[in-house]
Amino acid sequence: MVYLLFFYFSIVVIGLAYKVISAKNPVHGVLTMLALFFHMAGFYLLLNAEFLAAVQVIVYCGAILVLYLFVLFLVDIKSEVKTGPFIKNGAKLAILSSILLLLTFLRGVKNFSLGPHGHFTIERVQEITHTKAIGQEVFTTYILPFEIAGLILLVAVIGGLALAKREAEGKEG
Amino acid sequence: MEILWIILKIVIVFAVLMVHVMYATYFERKVIGHMQVRMGPMRVGPHGILQPIADGLKLFFKEDVVPEQVDKRVFYIAPLICLISALSAVAVVPFFKGFAIANINIGLLYIFAMSSLAAYGVVLAGWSSNSKYPFLGGLRASAQVISYEIAMGLSLVGVMMMAGSLNLTDIVMAQSRSPFKIYLIPQFIGFFVFLIAMFAETNRTPFDLPEAEPELVAGYCTEYSGMRFALFFMAEYIGMIVMSCVGVVCFLGGWNGPFDVPGIPFFWFILKVYLFIFLYYWVRATLPRYRYDQLMALGWKVLIPLALFNILLTGTMKSILG
Repeated sequence: MVYLLFFYFSIVVIGLAYKVISAKNPVHGVLTMLALFFHMAGFYLLLNAEFLAAVQVIVYCGAILVLYLFVLFLVDIKSEVKTGPFIKNGAKLAILSSILLLLTFLRGVKNFSLGPHGHFTIERVQEITHTKAIGQEVFTTYILPFEIAGLILLVAVIGGLALAKREAEGKEG
Repeated sequence: MEILWIILKIVIVFAVLMVHVMYATYFERKVIGHMQVRMGPMRVGPHGILQPIADGLKLFFKEDVVPEQVDKRVFYIAPLICLISALSAVAVVPFFKGFAIANINIGLLYIFAMSSLAAYGVVLAGWSSNSKYPFLGGLRASAQVISYEIAMGLSLVGVMMMAGSLNLTDIVMAQSRSPFKIYLIPQFIGFFVFLIAMFAETNRTPFDLPEAEPELVAGYCTEYSGMRFALFFMAEYIGMIVMSCVGVVCFLGGWNGPFDVPGIPFFWFILKVYLFIFLYYWVRATLPRYRYDQLMALGWKVLIPLALFNILLTGTMKSILG
């Protein structure tokens, strides 16, 4: 059953990912991406990572993709549908970059080992619920990367505020 | 066998919910009617009791007009996204002890996820209609829902901290063990923020800017007719019921009441949900609509700081009291 679901999600994710980049109309592309994110949440569920699955839907579908839509609404979609590919002779470049990507993946596969890592086994995660497990890990083992990520986000927020503020002052003056 | 039981539960909840949605519209017209010293619907059946059935039949048999220049695929999908996301959220609501279609550990997050999806239906309906009023309605809806979802999520963090769980059943259980029996009293700031965000999330008065009649005809559903329009309508009322359920589960103690009513385990739950629904109608009959910049200012400058303060307060109290 789990394998069946895994294959379903994998095939659909690959298919939808192709649809996203091949869709002429960017709004249709975003809609397909919405379905894609849902199926990715399915992968998290198969891994007993229910918290990540919910956060995936809330953050990516609920916030980021809506902002994409916002931007797309400001784009002239009628002309967008008619434009051709940006790069000529894209096929050769695509094949080259695919081969390079495949080589990188092959190198990565060697370091891959099956089964759970660290002291969180599947039973343990199910017992204390995934939300608590991820919270404990983030705030103990990975506290430094977490804080650094927080700092980077803070910088981005201040940057956004500074940009918006400057424009507002410029209009008044 | 277990799958059969789940399917049966889904059918029961769906059927009961749909009846409640139908009669929520009747209830609304009656409540607002009486508040404006009118009788409300009176013609169909005694005291207009069959009015929702007449309305449903009318909408069902109306012609489905699809304007020529719309983006057909998106235009068809949009109301379905609204309805399905609203309906899916009902799946995790515990109506009485041990009865929820899916008792999952991330119940509250799941409801957030589904309610954030509902925004897509509205936004896409506005865009695909290829008309100015729906488009403005759609833009307003997306900005509003994103802003108020933050406030709503933060307002419930206090509840999560007190209950120590995201599972809705566990939240109700934790409340019955707490000294006040309901979280409304220790979490009154959170409840206040939740209550306002609840109105904004469901696009109801005084925050119904996406469908403001005097400015935008009917907002995002201007170009929809017949059954497709009815789907938006149903989604809105299911959304109201879901938000009321969240409020009842997180702040008013869920299915627990002052005393047990024998034979009807969901008595207090339904009663509390209707209290919230009545509040929706009461507010609609009383308050004028907000201006758009006021709405945004309220969300970002008042509600989110208040909710953050509530989290800080709850954390401090929790560490002091142990």
